[in-house]
Amino acid sequence: MKSLEELQKIKERALERRRLSAENARVRIVVAMGTCGIAAGARDTMKALLDEIERKQLADVVVTQTGCIGLCEYEPIVQVKVGDEEMVTYGKIDAARAGRIIEEHIVKGTPVAEWVVK
Amino acid sequence: MPAFRELSQHISDIAENGIKAGANCIEIEVSEDSAQDLLSLIIRDNGSGMSPDMVARVADPWVTTRTTRKVGLGIPFFKQTAEMCGGTFTITSELGRGTSTGATFKLHHIDRPPLGDLAGTLLCLIVGNPQVDFVLRYQRDGEVFELDTRDIKAVLGEDVPLSDPEVLAYLRETLQGLPQGVA
Repeated sequence: MKSLEELQKIKERALERRRLSAENARVRIVVAMGTCGIAAGARDTMKALLDEIERKQLADVVVTQTGCIGLCEYEPIVQVKVGDEEMVTYGKIDAARAGRIIEEHIVKGTPVAEWVVK
Repeated sequence: MPAFRELSQHISDIAENGIKAGANCIEIEVSEDSAQDLLSLIIRDNGSGMSPDMVARVADPWVTTRTTRKVGLGIPFFKQTAEMCGGTFTITSELGRGTSTGATFKLHHIDRPPLGDLAGTLLCLIVGNPQVDFVLRYQRDGEVFELDTRDIKAVLGEDVPLSDPEVLAYLRETLQGLPQGVA
């Protein structure tokens, strides 16, 4: 078990990083985690997103969950909003596709058009 | 019926019900007792709760509070999985107080799905619902693992998000302390 003292140091480093960066939540990602999303593997999709954020040390991305958004046939669904740009909704995003969305859309700034559902 | 391969997916699904019901705290208890051949799961939320009438009907697949689709399958599916594995299903709720959903399984029942990736499930719930506190208690034959995200959030404060890469690593490594093996 990691200690809370260690977490205190992590907090101080995170605050320092955030003082240096212009925007703290440049990217917002939402993963649909209703029954339909979970059945389609949304947890593994979200885990892959979090793993990539950790691996690439992306400090300006916030990932949250939501319930069913009424597009069950396209689950797992991932929505991405970068800065003031319009939100992009991706469908059928498995763990491998999640990695490509992080690389192409979030790091390089170009949405992956072929997986956009609306 | 949706295809859940792991009991962890049921935990995630029932927790999501609580979050939709406005809970800001969700307690998850997992208990493995090999002497009794019993695995039990309890998910307790402090959300808006349900009326006795709704509780009585909630295991019926034609009942849902959702407006985007007419059929709610999560609870009936959880109940069916428990009963298929020689276990029981219980749900109690009180309006304004919250809901407690529990299921037991025969630990060694041939049809029992594995607990699966509980650590990954918890990581996603914790990070994905920053407004909600999670308390996890995992007991296996006397061995106990406990995690209360209020301790973590008290250290982090308001300005460091749970999806900060270093915080993610901390959470992931903490959850690796969960008992490994049988379930």
